[in-house]
Amino acid sequence: MAYDYEKSLRPGKLPHIWCPGCGHGIVMKGLIRAMDTCELDLKQTAIVSGIGCASRLPGYIDSCTLHTAHGRAAAFATGVKMAKPEMTVLVVSGDGDCTAIGGNHFIHACRRNIDMTYLIMNNNIYGMTGGQFSPCTPTGALASTTVYGNPDPTFDIAKLAIGAGATFVARGTAFHAAQIDKLIAEGIKHKGMAVIEILDDCPTTYGRRNKFRSVIDMMKRLKDIAVPVAAAAKMTPEQLEGKVLTGVLHKEDRPEYTEQYAKVIQRAQGL
Amino acid sequence: MAKKVALMQGNEACAQGALYAGCNFFAGYPITPSTEVAEVLSIELPKIGGTFIQMEDEIGATAALIGAALTGAKALDSTSGPGMSLKQELLGYACIAEVPCVIVNVQRGGPSTGMPTGPSQSDMQQAMWGTHGDHAAIVLTPASCQEIYEETVRAFNLAEKYRMPVQIQLDEICAHMRERVVFAEPGELEVINREVPTATPEEYKPYDSSKGLVPPLASFGSGYRFHVTGLNKAADGFPTTKAELVDAEERRQIDKVLLNQDDIQKNDEYLLDDAEVVIFAYGSTSRSARYAVNELRKEGVKAGLFRPLTMWPFPEKRVAELAAQAKAIICPEMNLGQMVREVERVAKGNCAVSHIGRVDGEPINPGQIIDKVKEV
Ligand SMILES: Cc1ncc(C[n+]2csc(CCOP(=O)(O)OP(=O)(O)O)c2C)c(N)n1
Repeated sequence: MAYDYEKSLRPGKLPHIWCPGCGHGIVMKGLIRAMDTCELDLKQTAIVSGIGCASRLPGYIDSCTLHTAHGRAAAFATGVKMAKPEMTVLVVSGDGDCTAIGGNHFIHACRRNIDMTYLIMNNNIYGMTGGQFSPCTPTGALASTTVYGNPDPTFDIAKLAIGAGATFVARGTAFHAAQIDKLIAEGIKHKGMAVIEILDDCPTTYGRRNKFRSVIDMMKRLKDIAVPVAAAAKMTPEQLEGKVLTGVLHKEDRPEYTEQYAKVIQRAQGL
Repeated sequence: MAKKVALMQGNEACAQGALYAGCNFFAGYPITPSTEVAEVLSIELPKIGGTFIQMEDEIGATAALIGAALTGAKALDSTSGPGMSLKQELLGYACIAEVPCVIVNVQRGGPSTGMPTGPSQSDMQQAMWGTHGDHAAIVLTPASCQEIYEETVRAFNLAEKYRMPVQIQLDEICAHMRERVVFAEPGELEVINREVPTATPEEYKPYDSSKGLVPPLASFGSGYRFHVTGLNKAADGFPTTKAELVDAEERRQIDKVLLNQDDIQKNDEYLLDDAEVVIFAYGSTSRSARYAVNELRKEGVKAGLFRPLTMWPFPEKRVAELAAQAKAIICPEMNLGQMVREVERVAKGNCAVSHIGRVDGEPINPGQIIDKVKEV
């Protein structure tokens, strides 16, 4: 039987704005399945995003949705979660939104280990503004503002999140669609800052310019570079050259921020 | 029972006023000379189960403020000069998304880091025009610790009533001087709470203006599901580029302030009935001006003081009347000509308008004002 996505979607808000072949839709379906798995009450769930193609996702889902300013989603979400800790808070971001303009808010949300699930759709490019390079564009790649090849080194979002203190970090790809919901669901269930990076594709502004002849080529790239963490453990550094680890990359227990603040309230009230 | 009285700074009075108004959320980032607002609330908010959070920067603070306000919190943020500049984009977000919140700006010299500990009144035009796009602003300019306490309550009331950000503009002198403040008893000052929707969750539209210029705002987590965005949007909150919808929404958001000026406007008038020279002054400068008026009256000069407590929307009607009545309006301010522009614009040449500007980190003293009055 076909999966019922529609019950979570807002009536009348489709079709979405994403281009044919964009992976964002695959991720949205994964998010909906994950929300179902976790039996989230959509009335008690806030989905917060910044600006970009990825950040349009919340508009399609029938919960409390907040489409904010470029890069600031984590900070808006922090306000929501601190004021109403009982709500489930999800953040949806693009690679540019999260790591460029939003870098500061992102690392501090990780540091606080505030209980939210931060989903990043990494398509290696600024999609919405038409294909300028992002901090996640591979070095040497072509973008509308790096026509001679991108001179910038790139961020490893997962390492950044782990280094900043996120207590759950996972990575998947838009090719491995069946895995996305499992990673997100695990992130939602995790108490603390959960970061899930999904390697995604932008055929319109990245693929064409970088000689991917079709969406299939782009998907094939995701298939080829992804190595599950368990498999990687048995591989040599040479074999891992150019590959990206997928699955749950990091998980630890550390005090969660709203719980820590609840203790501050108790101390202030002399309880 | 005797009322609670305390000697406190303007910034502390601001924090106390916020608590009276029901403030239960503060997000900010430290900056001189505004920091005491944050320090007091970091102590007081957890005592009442409220939330204090020191964010990573001013942009993050305003973002958290708006996020919290959307869950129903009464939210405050305080800052100064460079911090206020950083907040501008999200101030605009709060305008277009119509999110009630209060931001205190203790002005310091500028541009850039300017003079952190010197008094200044040089963000007066920024307060109105700082964020991009057409929008309305409500900006309050109290001048004593008691007034800061009471005007902070009024700032929250206006924010909740008109569903928008309200700014309080202080200068360093008002923020740091110590004065006696009489705390209000519960019920003594009006406290306005946000109107919540009566529509069912299925029918609710966050920007449905069919019943008035200020649609009720539901809280996240209260059973209503809706979308909030910084994009131009239709009544249901979803983005639109339809010309007539965009136009109607933009105009409504400005009209809700402009058509309610009688409710929003507040000013203090001193010896204006027969005044031939009107001094237009606000913040700490208005205190020097009051002193100057008293001295001038002793010498037989018919001087009076007009002191706006609501600076934006600008008190056009009353200033126009004064311009028709007086020979001259003098505008002393710690900047090089920000509010005098408005006075000139509204006076339309009906009386002489002159300015006393000071940007050296020193207050404008009564002597300077007296000299200027004698000159004109
Ligand atoms: C303050 C600000 N700066 C710049 C922009 C322009 N802008 C909109 S979307 C975007 C990039 C989005 O890229 P990414 O986050 O990678 O998401 P994608 O569109 O690729 O899904 C930029 C730079 C903006 N809206 N606001």
